[in-house]
Amino acid sequence: MDLNRRQFLLTSSAAAGAVGVGSGLTTRFWGLDGDPVHDPATDGDKVIPTFCEMCFWKCGVLAHVKDGTVTKLVGNPDHPLAKGRLCPRGTGGTGLLYDPDRLKKPLIRKGERGEQRFEEVSWEEALDRVAAKLKEVKEKHGAESLALFNHGYGASFFKTLVAAYGSPSVGAPSYAQCRGSRDVAFQLTYGAPVGSPEYLDIENSRVLTLIGSHLGENMHNTQVQEFAAMIEKGGELVVVDPRFSTAAGKARYWLPIKPGTDMALLLAWMHVIVKEGRYNKAFVEANTVGFEQLAAHLADKTPEWAWARTSIAPELIVETARFIAGAAPASLVHPGRHTSWNGDDTQRGRAIAILNALLGSWGAAGGFFLPSKLKVPPTALPPMPKPERKAPDTPRGAVFPFMDEGLAHGLRDASIPGTAEFDIKAWFVYGSNLIQSLPNPEKTIEAIQHLDFFVAVDVLPAEITGWADVVLPECTYLERWDDLAITPWKEPFVSVRQEVVPPMFDSKPGWWIAKELGKRLGLADYFPWESAETMVKARLEAGKYDVAAMLRTGVAGGKRAAVTTEEGATAVYGTPSGKIELFSQQMADAGLAPMPEYTPPEAPAADQFHLLFGRSPVHTFGRTTNNRFLSEIYAENEVWLNTRVAREQGFKTGDKVILVNQDGKKSAAIKVKVTQRIRPDCVYMVHGYGHTDKRLGFAAGRGADDTQLVSRVKIDAAMGGTGMNVNFVRLERAGEAA
Amino acid sequence: MSAGRYAMVVDTRLCVACKACVLACKAENNLAEGYCRDWLVEEVHGEFPKLRAENRSERCNHCSEAPCVDACPTGASHIAGGGVVLVTPDKCTGCKACMAACPYDARYLTPEGFVDKCTFCLHRVQRGEQPACVTVCPTRTLHFGDLDDPTSEVARLLVDRKWKVNHPESGAHPNVYFLV
Amino acid sequence: MEPVEIDVGRHNPGVDPGLELWGWEIPVYLFLGGIVAGLMVVPALLELRGRKPEGAGLRMAPWLAAVLLSLGMGALFLDLGHKLYVWRFYLAFRPTSPMSWGSWILLLVYPVLVLQGLGTAGEHGRRFLRTLAGPLSGLVDRLTALADGWRRPVLTASVVLGAGLGVYTGLLLGTTPARMLWNSALLGPLFLTSGLSAGAALLLLLPLTTEERHAVARFDMGAMGTELVLLKLYLTGLATGGEPQRIAASTLLGGEWAPQFWALVVFAGLGAPLALDAAELRRHRPFTRLAPVLVLVGGFSLRAVLVAAGQDVSFALVP
Repeated sequence: MDLNRRQFLLTSSAAAGAVGVGSGLTTRFWGLDGDPVHDPATDGDKVIPTFCEMCFWKCGVLAHVKDGTVTKLVGNPDHPLAKGRLCPRGTGGTGLLYDPDRLKKPLIRKGERGEQRFEEVSWEEALDRVAAKLKEVKEKHGAESLALFNHGYGASFFKTLVAAYGSPSVGAPSYAQCRGSRDVAFQLTYGAPVGSPEYLDIENSRVLTLIGSHLGENMHNTQVQEFAAMIEKGGELVVVDPRFSTAAGKARYWLPIKPGTDMALLLAWMHVIVKEGRYNKAFVEANTVGFEQLAAHLADKTPEWAWARTSIAPELIVETARFIAGAAPASLVHPGRHTSWNGDDTQRGRAIAILNALLGSWGAAGGFFLPSKLKVPPTALPPMPKPERKAPDTPRGAVFPFMDEGLAHGLRDASIPGTAEFDIKAWFVYGSNLIQSLPNPEKTIEAIQHLDFFVAVDVLPAEITGWADVVLPECTYLERWDDLAITPWKEPFVSVRQEVVPPMFDSKPGWWIAKELGKRLGLADYFPWESAETMVKARLEAGKYDVAAMLRTGVAGGKRAAVTTEEGATAVYGTPSGKIELFSQQMADAGLAPMPEYTPPEAPAADQFHLLFGRSPVHTFGRTTNNRFLSEIYAENEVWLNTRVAREQGFKTGDKVILVNQDGKKSAAIKVKVTQRIRPDCVYMVHGYGHTDKRLGFAAGRGADDTQLVSRVKIDAAMGGTGMNVNFVRLERAGEAA
Repeated sequence: MSAGRYAMVVDTRLCVACKACVLACKAENNLAEGYCRDWLVEEVHGEFPKLRAENRSERCNHCSEAPCVDACPTGASHIAGGGVVLVTPDKCTGCKACMAACPYDARYLTPEGFVDKCTFCLHRVQRGEQPACVTVCPTRTLHFGDLDDPTSEVARLLVDRKWKVNHPESGAHPNVYFLV
Repeated sequence: MEPVEIDVGRHNPGVDPGLELWGWEIPVYLFLGGIVAGLMVVPALLELRGRKPEGAGLRMAPWLAAVLLSLGMGALFLDLGHKLYVWRFYLAFRPTSPMSWGSWILLLVYPVLVLQGLGTAGEHGRRFLRTLAGPLSGLVDRLTALADGWRRPVLTASVVLGAGLGVYTGLLLGTTPARMLWNSALLGPLFLTSGLSAGAALLLLLPLTTEERHAVARFDMGAMGTELVLLKLYLTGLATGGEPQRIAASTLLGGEWAPQFWALVVFAGLGAPLALDAAELRRHRPFTRLAPVLVLVGGFSLRAVLVAAGQDVSFALVP
């Protein structure tokens, strides 16, 4: 004991010391003086590796299990995406596993759709019902009229089921409502995917340019790890965002651009880089076609031209263009992820792809790496039936020439009779809350009214499951095996998802549900395994992997491969020309602009704001807002409003408002956050709040859902994506009753 | 008691305020719902569009001149190995004098009634591991080690980099350092 | 000044958004502790200066003090979060902890109060106590003999411990560098004088002889006058301190707590009773109970306002 560490007003320290020693003796005498270091004892008696499903990045997780309870989840050090670390959501997986609001029993609807009256039934009854209904739909309307909406890794079994059933009608909102335009843009330009996880060597970038990407709020683990590593190494950031994002807070340059005008900035940057000869000449010469046309196309896209459109001063455009070019080829312009903004998104993606080509970042350290992939033989399945009709996911007569995945909103629209080539009559919805993930939720609800049958498989109740005829409760990712994840990466690897704890309640793993339905539909041959566990082990054995080691570490592979041209990797451009197409003949042939053009966005009315939305680092949209563990950090979204505007209009932080869009659509009441961090003509909110399903005991009624305000979209002519950042809102003070 | 002075060094340039540290701490230490031992402070200075930001992952500073330990009438709050300030629940009456004394509001009263706070995960450190917040941090913002060891990462960072502490005027000599 | 937005992502109950450490229990405890200090010091000082207690009020004072002290300790106990561990206070003495000093002082106060009470009790009182003690009446006799024999030391102990108790109630708050409103060396003397005046005021509400009443009232005026000076010094110290201290002072002088502070503490608790006392003593106006009641109201308000307001201002709020 160190008694006289501090002089106090109070003490006459000599006397005090004497008594103090005495008191120490007293407590020691009683044997009560021990100060043991408390161990919360959360280390598991078993540690089981698996991979995460709190978002779709698939990081390796070590699950600590003690007395049958998952005590904590930590990053797997052997896993190339986790590197021993996790984002907040990864740690928060226990909040999903132990969510008291989970779907616990199979449910069959009683009463009208949407009334949310359900009866708990046995699996037998529920599966029989689903199988009978799906057979009926197939007989009456043909297999193609069943649509599968899916999101998440567990969907693989249901994709097999629906393909075997004979339907090509499959869509995920992650395409047309999210990253599709970007994928198409890079495919068109490079003939290669950007991947998910994206093949970005951010940690070695000397300059990283973010166009609306909010890394750090968008918490894809590996990317954020590399983002920080880049800053640590002295890398610099250019951030283009109407909002002072977390990333903007670390940027050398923050360009608070007028929403919808990024294309003008990109063209002006390229104008400067080409005009001043700052592009990577050797790279462009060797690897691209169409530079001459591009140079001509850019001639009039001056910084002054862009200034009027973007509100970014020409000097700053020139300065940042030089800054970006100066770091080439280790200068990466991030392709983005959620890019369905304005309807010209494929073209904007092309502009980003072309700018990267001018920098020569493809295949360069600090740019796009050329991933390597491990091989694991697939499970041998009988051939899939050939559907007679193509998926009706585009409006009748419409063609999106470069669409390469199904359009989820298109399948939704096709459920409204007479609008597509044929009608969708039944929905199979896996892990996707379409009410919050597709624009224009009223249309989603209308479409549901026309269905013959609707089955939903999910872990938690959500608005969408409230409308289903049958709800099948899946167990969480911690309670099931899934197929192997084979990830192309710098360190190519395979990861395994294994059951950490047995399924709780009466929930079942997706593989079991799919297999049982397959049996009932006469499709058992497509599930030629005992369980996902035996399937996974058989695949690994066939691929000559050490199964025991794999299950112990969760990962196979993970050795660094040659992934840059410097290291000896070769870039293969799968374009018609075999080169990077700065000028896209494919697009010209399809009647689209072969080089990106600027389309002016509509302007909001005087009392309106651009509605922007994004993510919180602790949430994956509405999927996690009921997670009490994660919601301790961020329980309710707010609408960001510029301080000056707030002062002028008399709003204070915490005031409750309702957002009203250009079509009169209203949001739920939401609190205002007054901040300097946003342009005066914009408001911003985190997506995924405003749940209305009361079965979400925590999330229901918290914050507001931006999707309700996305009643207007602009369709991407290249791939059918829905540009959603074209809605404007005004703020109405929420009444006491609201 | 092991010698040394444990400290945490927080690189504010790297931190994205994702709060992974907060949740990892809650999971590791099995904290009651609604309570946290570390937290994020996000500061934005200036007026649109001239802004600058600083993110700080904060926690108990394990002060060298800890006012909480001085204020504790029972010896529950004490200095453990490596200068880590701990509370022994069995000695704590929940009188809250330490909470009043803490310049950083780092302490709280648990639902069970005793006072609790960050322990620098001393139970892990004694096993040779790093605190949970340090190991989880995706941005490698957090560094933990012994300042008395001049070769430690934390000691070298404080030599090489510009740093500050929160409220040095408290006179408590905090041991959580922020690189700027 | 450049605008700053600070988002503190901490939501610990009782700590955020503002500290809510102590509710009614602590002001009650500090107030009763202060009164007890007054009830110990005032009669003992009078007696040491040669005025033997005559009125029932002065004779009752030690017993009343013991009751009030017990009530105060009860309030303190109610405030504890970990009540079953209360005995831990008495397994340690922590010289740097005012709370520790306080808990030991409280323990020493009781025997002194008993000796003081026995020494002051008249024949009636002593007989009553012996009856009350029943089989322990022998102990009462022995203690009474002790109290009579050691009268001066008991009185001196009463003054010293009472003063210690009074000062301690202020130091409990005053040694918290984190709370700008509390962190003042003057809080000890301020609470002592306030406690003495409150104790004196309570005596004035009890049966006293006219002479005693005048003596006590004069003492009360002196205490209040000193308290006023200390209060002024305390506030001046805050207002001329650094930015945090200025923010702290402004919550009392012109901020959220200003109405209660000015109306209850300064006007009702000090200004008005001083004027009334002066009128009674100098202009020989008849004695009323108004002034002492106001002093008691002011004494409690001082503690309640300071405890509540002090929790509002901490380092964390000052960038």
